[in-house]
Amino acid sequence: MRKIIEYLQAHLKVVIGTCYVLLAGIVVFACIIDRSHAHTAEGRALPIFWSLFGFIAAVIFIGVARWYGHSGIMTREDYYDDHSAQDD
Amino acid sequence: MTSSFINPALIMIIGALLIPFIRGPLRKPYLFLVPLLAFGAVISNSSLHGIFATYQFMDWQIVFGRIDKLSTVFAFIMAIMAIIGTLYGLHVDNATEHIAAWFYVAGSFGAIYCGDYLSLFLFLEMMAFSSVFLIWFRRGEKSLDSGYRYILVHATGGVILLFGILLRYQAVGNMTFNLLDVHHPQLYTWLIVIGFAVNAAVVPMHFWLPDAYSQASFNGAVFLCAFTTKTAVYTLARSCAGMDILVVLGVIMALYGVVYAIMENDIRKLLGWSIISQVGYMVAGIGIGTELAIDGAIAHAVVHILYKSLLFMGTGSVLYMTGKTKFTELGGLYKKMPGTMVFTIIGCLSISAAPFFAAYISKSMIITAGFESHLNWAAWLLMFGAAGTFLYNGLKLPYFLFFGKNNCSEETWAKAADPTWNMMMAMAAGSALCIIVGTFPGFLYRMLPYPVEYNPYTVYHLAETLQLMGFVALAFFWLKKYMEPEAKICLDVDWFFRMGGRLFMWIASHPLQWFDTAWGEAYRVVGLRSLMTTSRFWSWFDWHGIDGVVDGFARSIRAVGARVRVLQSGQIQYSIYYAASFVAILLIAYVLSQLS
Repeated sequence: MRKIIEYLQAHLKVVIGTCYVLLAGIVVFACIIDRSHAHTAEGRALPIFWSLFGFIAAVIFIGVARWYGHSGIMTREDYYDDHSAQDD
Repeated sequence: MTSSFINPALIMIIGALLIPFIRGPLRKPYLFLVPLLAFGAVISNSSLHGIFATYQFMDWQIVFGRIDKLSTVFAFIMAIMAIIGTLYGLHVDNATEHIAAWFYVAGSFGAIYCGDYLSLFLFLEMMAFSSVFLIWFRRGEKSLDSGYRYILVHATGGVILLFGILLRYQAVGNMTFNLLDVHHPQLYTWLIVIGFAVNAAVVPMHFWLPDAYSQASFNGAVFLCAFTTKTAVYTLARSCAGMDILVVLGVIMALYGVVYAIMENDIRKLLGWSIISQVGYMVAGIGIGTELAIDGAIAHAVVHILYKSLLFMGTGSVLYMTGKTKFTELGGLYKKMPGTMVFTIIGCLSISAAPFFAAYISKSMIITAGFESHLNWAAWLLMFGAAGTFLYNGLKLPYFLFFGKNNCSEETWAKAADPTWNMMMAMAAGSALCIIVGTFPGFLYRMLPYPVEYNPYTVYHLAETLQLMGFVALAFFWLKKYMEPEAKICLDVDWFFRMGGRLFMWIASHPLQWFDTAWGEAYRVVGLRSLMTTSRFWSWFDWHGIDGVVDGFARSIRAVGARVRVLQSGQIQYSIYYAASFVAILLIAYVLSQLS
């Protein structure tokens, strides 16, 4: 297992290129399948709807978590320790 | 006791009590045998249907054995979990840790099989008070504090539940644990739901979960992640199916957990947030209340126990071997813990609902039920949360733990290795079950309460899942520097409780203390002086007034007595003379009165 991972790390550009090809393959696959069973009109109308949905959802989550965390929710690890509370 | 019903709770309790007496080479076989017996009892019970083991206690009928498809499927997965969890901690020498774990499991079995609120309450409390030891057994100040917070929250939830149970008994006159009238909720309905919601970690009553589970012992967390919240899901499914507000709360849980998991630096706390998010799907499914939604919620509870315990076993192995749980102190562990990495990634794929892995066959049932019930907003948001689940659990956790930047100290790196054989076997078993149930869901579907016509392996569902996962992965690899873990903690709603506690202590030690001191001084200066003056007055009054009257009366009596005493010579002839004279006077007076 370790050797396989190190081999893939040594050929990172090939791995990344393969991943992009796979993504393209997924998009093509989504375009050619029967979408009549989709639960939503958006899913039926737009073949790559779930690709966009997934990408946008991830970007929103990363953005919201980063903004929320850095707005004061993420704080020093000893925040609740008694001595630091006294400093407060 | 009636029929052939065997309560696995009884097996686990007796088994736990005997652990201290089974020592040496017999201990490990014994630890493995007892959960197997409990599993056998569950299998045996599954052929039954109806009410068993009933007792009359005062006015109440206590039911220890209510067997239907709902209780059977939950008991089945809990029994499997008891085997895997015990196998994982087989090498733990501390007998009391096994005892606590088995009492905890017994409480879950008892709650699942019982048919009345009284025994349900007792079994839930048994779970709470035994599971806290699984936190304390990690030892250390933080675990001790987390355990106290854990038991405080659960005791409060238990009291609320008990109030609800008693109010319900007053209103309806029985203790039967069945579906509540969720469309016309009374005060007792809300109290019972809150009691269950605390155990299910429903937002905003969720904060105990990441806190406690991240501080539990390495194998204690494996039990904790499976039993409390899923037993609560069972109680909600039994009593609150179709309750609208659960849809809202479930969706909030699903999203809230994702945001916090993305921010989290502690690998086991991340999994705690993940439980909140995943239980959110189950709560939402129960709230939707259709047959497909309930089946989906239960199927998700079953697979969640499998993959979440697997993930806690993987991260528990990291803790057990290195003593560390923070991304900022770990990383690059694929070189030292390859077996653990493979099993953990199987857990990650399972929770991410990847095709052929556990949650693929359950999560989509709930979302489909949402769309079919025209609760599109809920279904969309749950789908949104599913993308987040893959982001933090399918990508962030394995990447920053096993691949990413190596933050290990020399000491940590030296310690890192795959754990003991029994821990590896437990993870292998969990991994195998995740793949089997995800690939061949028919067995699980047949166990669900309602007939399942759902087929997760449609081409459209496959394409939908691959698109979602593929493009979430793309976003992660483009933006992962914004998800880099930081050596920080995340404040949550427990801030209000913790700070509220500190505010109370501050008020007690500052303004209240000042007031107490000022009051004491004022009393000494003003109160004591006036009190002494008043006391002196009453002393004077007592001496001269009350004592004067009493003493004066006594002195008068004494003076009269002294004078009368001279009449008493003590000689009999004088006494006869005085008496005869007195009688003569009386006679004369009487005669004169008759003549006139």
